[in-house]
Amino acid sequence: MTGPMTGTLLEVSGLEAWYGRIQALFGLDFTVADGGVTTLLGANGAGKTTTLRALCGMIRSAGTARLGGTDLTGRATEDIVRLGVAHVPQGRGTFTAMTVEENLQLGAMTRRDMRAIAEDIERAYAYFPRLAERRRQQAGTLSGGEQQMLAISRAMMLKPRLMLLDEPSFGLAPLIVEELFSILSRLKAEENLSMLIVEQNAALALEIADEAYLIETGRMVMSGPARDIGQDENVRRAYLGY
Amino acid sequence: MELFAHQILSGLATGGIYACMALAIVMIYQAIHHLNFAQGEMAMFSTFIAWQLIEWGFPYWIAFFLTIAISFVGGVVIERTVFKPLHRAPVLAHIVAFIALFAIFNSLAGFIWDFTIKSFPTPFGQQSLFGSGLISAHDTGMIVVTLVLLGLLFLFFRHTRIGLAMRAAASNPDSARLVGVRVGWMIALGWGMAAAIGAVAGMLIAPVVFLEPNMMLAILIYGFAGAVVGGLISPGGAVIGGFAVGVVENLAGTYVPVVGQEMKLTIALALIVAVLMFKPTGLFGARLVTRV
Ligand SMILES: Nc1ncnc2c1ncn2[C@@H]1O[C@H](COP(=O)(O)OP(=O)(O)OP(=O)(O)O)[C@@H](O)[C@H]1O
Ligand SMILES: [Mg+2]
Repeated sequence: MTGPMTGTLLEVSGLEAWYGRIQALFGLDFTVADGGVTTLLGANGAGKTTTLRALCGMIRSAGTARLGGTDLTGRATEDIVRLGVAHVPQGRGTFTAMTVEENLQLGAMTRRDMRAIAEDIERAYAYFPRLAERRRQQAGTLSGGEQQMLAISRAMMLKPRLMLLDEPSFGLAPLIVEELFSILSRLKAEENLSMLIVEQNAALALEIADEAYLIETGRMVMSGPARDIGQDENVRRAYLGY
Repeated sequence: MELFAHQILSGLATGGIYACMALAIVMIYQAIHHLNFAQGEMAMFSTFIAWQLIEWGFPYWIAFFLTIAISFVGGVVIERTVFKPLHRAPVLAHIVAFIALFAIFNSLAGFIWDFTIKSFPTPFGQQSLFGSGLISAHDTGMIVVTLVLLGLLFLFFRHTRIGLAMRAAASNPDSARLVGVRVGWMIALGWGMAAAIGAVAGMLIAPVVFLEPNMMLAILIYGFAGAVVGGLISPGGAVIGGFAVGVVENLAGTYVPVVGQEMKLTIALALIVAVLMFKPTGLFGARLVTRV
């Protein structure tokens, strides 16, 4: 799948990150095209989540990460969000005590255009009708799949330039995963949404992605167009179960 | 029967004050996970500020609202200067800071205004309402003002964006940051509001207990009892807990002979211990349903 490539939206080079004194990333280079989807693949503990956290200023990092012309590194999370980076975190980050609709309102916290916010909430419900039925329900009572839909909708409320998704398929039944990824494809096509998707389900991620990168213990070991990576013998054996 | 109704009503009146203190405690506890036991001294200091303003000739209600504003700013400043730097510090550092705040406000009040007991005016009057003896005008005023305050706070947290952001920051700071909420400032705002709520409680109770630097000691313990009964993380629970403690305190003081007026405070302490032992989540703390 190739989207309309008009240029590079995110350009990361030499990204390093630390948990306390322990270094977890050792100089990653990768890009996300404008309107494109990049996927980061890797085994447990490879550093996928860490990469997204580093981009969002949630942990100490070094190197550069340019979004448009702006370097994200060294900025506070709240400011990176204001630059248009929406993060759907591992574990979904649901505000469990609040209603579905309040979760969506929170996604638009940086915006001031109240009428457009109300319209965008309705648009989210159109993409995910199950959320519409549960708009007054406490978000902590939603199923795992519904919470993932809510997390994606909440991120969309930011009107993001770039969406980071951390294992959106995690812990969900195959049917729900399929539904979720078909909606992500629609968002890519209809809203021209650029995404950086972290996945352990490599087959799924390679289907939606344009570019793919393989991480092992904090280092990039392979990169290329998603189609080529999907054909690679080693990747097929290690990640695609052939 | 008349005595019983009277005791319930005056229990609700002081209960409103405990509810305010409990709410202030819970608001800060939710944000920083520590119990601010300088909350009472902050309220006492605010009350002295109101007294000073009135002494200088300000009309009561002007002094009242001015004090609320000053207390709000003071609360924000305390958070920014003392507790923000302590953000990641261990529990003990927080306790030391609370003790320091407690001591500073207590001795500063004594130093500026001395330790003699002062009377504090009531805008409602001390006469009994409608001459019935059922409830005094001041007690009625206390109930009305606390209910209005609590109602406004409810609307603020339920129906404004900033209230929503404050709730998000308290319940899930990491996710709140990821939607762009400035969590640090929300905590500061919480401190400001807690200080302002405490100021209202102090000004309302001062005509009853009289103004002096130790006036809030017992009130704070009742407030803690209310907060603990409510489960410490539930603002609504804290409010109900505060009212409940007020009523129980009053009825026990009147009807249980061994308790009497002198032993009332022991009831609050016993209540705290009992709730923590038998229902540590409080009577309202575990209402939240989660599914993982
Ligand atoms: N909060 C943390 N503190 C210390 N070390 C951490 C922390 N989180 C992750 N690590 C370490 O950093 C490395 C990368 O972890 P990361 O969570 O990024 O892996 P991942 O690729 O997302 O794995 P998974 O697929 O299991 O989610 C691992 O060695 C992990 O142990
Ligand atoms: Mg991970």
